Amino acid sequence: MAIYKLQINGQTKQVNVDPDTPLLWVLRDHLGLVGTKYGCGISACGACTVHMNGQAIRSCSIPVAAVGPAKVITIEGLSEKGDHPVQIAWDEVDVAQCGYCQAGQIMTAAAFLKTNPKPTDDQIAIAMNGNICRCGAYHRIREAVKLASTKA
Amino acid sequence: MKSTTSRRSFLKKAATIGGGLVLGFDWFSTEAQTVLSSLSKAELLESTSLNAYLSIAPDNTITILSPNPEVGQNIKTSFPTIIAEELDADWTKVRVVQAPFDNSRFERQVTGGSGATPHSYKKLRKVGATARQMLIEAASKQWNVPVTECNTESGFVVHTSGKKLSYGELSIEASKIAVPQEVKLKDRKDFKLIGKRVKNVENKNIVTGKPLYGMDFYREGMLYAVIQRPEGFGMKLKSVDAAAVKSMPGIVDVVTFKNNVAIVGKSTWQLLKARKALKVIYENAQGLESTEDHNKIFSELMAKPEATVRRKNGDPEAAFKNAAKVIKSEYQCPFLPHNPMEPMNFFAHVKEDSVELVGPTQNPGSARSSVSKLVGIPESKISLEITRIGGGFGRRLMDDFVVEAAELSSILKAPVKVIWSREDDMTGGYYRPAVRYRFEAALDTANNLIGYRLRGVGINAGNPTRENNFPSGAVENLLIESTEHRSPISTAPWRAPITNFLAFAEQSFLDEVASATGKDPVEFRLGLLNKAKTAPAGPVRYDIDRMIGVIKLAAEKSGWGTKKEVSQGFSVYFSHASYVAIVAEASLKNNKPQVSKIYAAVDCGEVVSPMGARQQVIGGIVDGFGHAMFGKLSFKNGVPEQNNYHKYRLIRMREVPEVEAHFVDNGLDPTGLGEPSLPPTSGAVANAIYKATGTRVRNQPFMDEAPFKIKASV
Repeated sequence: MAIYKLQINGQTKQVNVDPDTPLLWVLRDHLGLVGTKYGCGISACGACTVHMNGQAIRSCSIPVAAVGPAKVITIEGLSEKGDHPVQIAWDEVDVAQCGYCQAGQIMTAAAFLKTNPKPTDDQIAIAMNGNICRCGAYHRIREAVKLASTKA
Repeated sequence: MKSTTSRRSFLKKAATIGGGLVLGFDWFSTEAQTVLSSLSKAELLESTSLNAYLSIAPDNTITILSPNPEVGQNIKTSFPTIIAEELDADWTKVRVVQAPFDNSRFERQVTGGSGATPHSYKKLRKVGATARQMLIEAASKQWNVPVTECNTESGFVVHTSGKKLSYGELSIEASKIAVPQEVKLKDRKDFKLIGKRVKNVENKNIVTGKPLYGMDFYREGMLYAVIQRPEGFGMKLKSVDAAAVKSMPGIVDVVTFKNNVAIVGKSTWQLLKARKALKVIYENAQGLESTEDHNKIFSELMAKPEATVRRKNGDPEAAFKNAAKVIKSEYQCPFLPHNPMEPMNFFAHVKEDSVELVGPTQNPGSARSSVSKLVGIPESKISLEITRIGGGFGRRLMDDFVVEAAELSSILKAPVKVIWSREDDMTGGYYRPAVRYRFEAALDTANNLIGYRLRGVGINAGNPTRENNFPSGAVENLLIESTEHRSPISTAPWRAPITNFLAFAEQSFLDEVASATGKDPVEFRLGLLNKAKTAPAGPVRYDIDRMIGVIKLAAEKSGWGTKKEVSQGFSVYFSHASYVAIVAEASLKNNKPQVSKIYAAVDCGEVVSPMGARQQVIGGIVDGFGHAMFGKLSFKNGVPEQNNYHKYRLIRMREVPEVEAHFVDNGLDPTGLGEPSLPPTSGAVANAIYKATGTRVRNQPFMDEAPFKIKASV
């Protein structure tokens, strides 16, 4: 066990955990930030996606010891009032069915739109391909990313 | 349209505390009439015959208690929409509350079988209309004007003079009005919410990451647990060496029960890590089966002379003896895991004489009853809170994950949440059964279909046929039979049970027969339906006109038979009381077939929520297409060979074809929609692949079939 000071959603959070604890479980079990979801634990589904220094990463595969002073943003911290353009678009398009994968989808989309603010459908599909939606909401995810790109 | 309440079941009780109008009703009554009563919420909660309520508070807030588990089928939004429609409510003032499980009051608190909306549609309309009528009567009294001069408008009762009162202002007076026996339901042309766009009430909570799911549930002082289950089906626990595990950080206990070894501790990661140090030895209790064994078993069962006859019409033996031509094909599908994105999990706290359960289950009644049997505590002392569910697909109709959490809690004498890893979820569960079908068609010299035989053989599949489905009724001489192999591999309903593969096989085979007779696949099906209509062979259990309706609509919308640039495949299926026809379009890309577009024509009666309906239809098509293309769980000596998404392929965004869904607008009572678009999808896809390549794909997953094995010619 060791003490880590993490920069999460603009706040410094201290945790005492094993160095190899994935960021995902630090967020969920130790910080009560359960919006970030566990889906596979091997970076294959994208449900656990968060931002680290602005980049979308799979929090299930980053040990807490490797996070250091990086700025971590989770779905809870993406916007203050749930009004990030991607969140607004997700609501307008009614993307979610069961909703379990959507935090990861939204975090991937938000990071992607920063690097490519006006993407084509194909670029969206490539960017979002790492996030599985078992309900099959892919058409609406694509539509919402496109809509968000007009709002930013 | 009129709806009446029986006097016998009518409860006369006025509201006793000033909460406004509270209308109690029996959401799950199987009687045609709904029990309605105006009474206080406290009284209502004590009443055993009423289980849901609609309340209108003086501050205009409308609250609806909704009992069904939400797995993403939009039920939490669409049910209240139906009540609010007839109530003429201001939708922005409606709040939905998820009811806990309570089988003393609810009869069908289950998510499964695409049955909720068909079951409740009329009742919910009547509840809304009854409240509306009471509010109108309260206003007419207050104004001292005839009821006929009053109308409603988005949360207000309005008088012809122009004066108006809000529902909130009227709610206390309305609660004193006797519940009307007869109410008028709206004409569908006046609908403002049904059939219109209404957003999911949970959107905001989902996009901001609120703790909605069982996985997110936390109770101060609870322990976490992961369970090591036998690695293969047919295996039994022999010995456990947990010495190394017990000394690891954060581990509280290691508990063995039945064939399970539970590691209990304070955080998930410490448990997942500790499990790797666990040394468990299993022994074989039953035969350990591999996929090759199943293939042999299928062939043996196909060769057996006898099987259970499910339906027989005419003289099929003679028809085949006299046939000018016989077409015969076999189709096979593998086991499939359900793979909901939220893995199994449940919270249980078994106390001295009561139990608390919290988590994601599609079938809380069954889960509670199983727990009651296990711990010997009566069901009335067991509470069960239903969380939002991160996907079910049938897996959460089972009780295993609830019962083991309760068993562990009773051993530990502590509150515990059991969490399944993805590997646990994929390898330790229940599966869509593997099935093989053999179809035979007998043609006469004029290419008429004079005989039809189907044998279905499954592994723990029960009856893998649906003997009364199309083309039964349309073929004079017909035999449908089945047999099964009992295996240690456990199976369960998987979205559109049985039909999820049967429809593919049947609709592919009918395409083969159409080809052999030189008929267009659409004309061929219409010809059979005409026969079922004019000269039915035995009972016909589907609505022929509705099936013809979706066939024609799909053909029209897809431009059937008019396209040169793509190869089209057709399929139509009736399931869960709804009709869906699909046209898939494929073309060759680098010598391999690629499906670019799928059209669906759907007849599910009244479309309550166009948004939810589209989600279910398009999602079902993506699900059916994805699993037909990629899904496979194979076994080696009882052990599943795929355990996570690096080995098990689920469809992703780049692989999804465009989908266009069209709905028949007939205003009939709504029928099921959670499943019906899935079964016909892969048949249309396979038929399009055949058109594009000249090769039939008869086994799933298609990726393992010949057209996809061809080397790219770049």
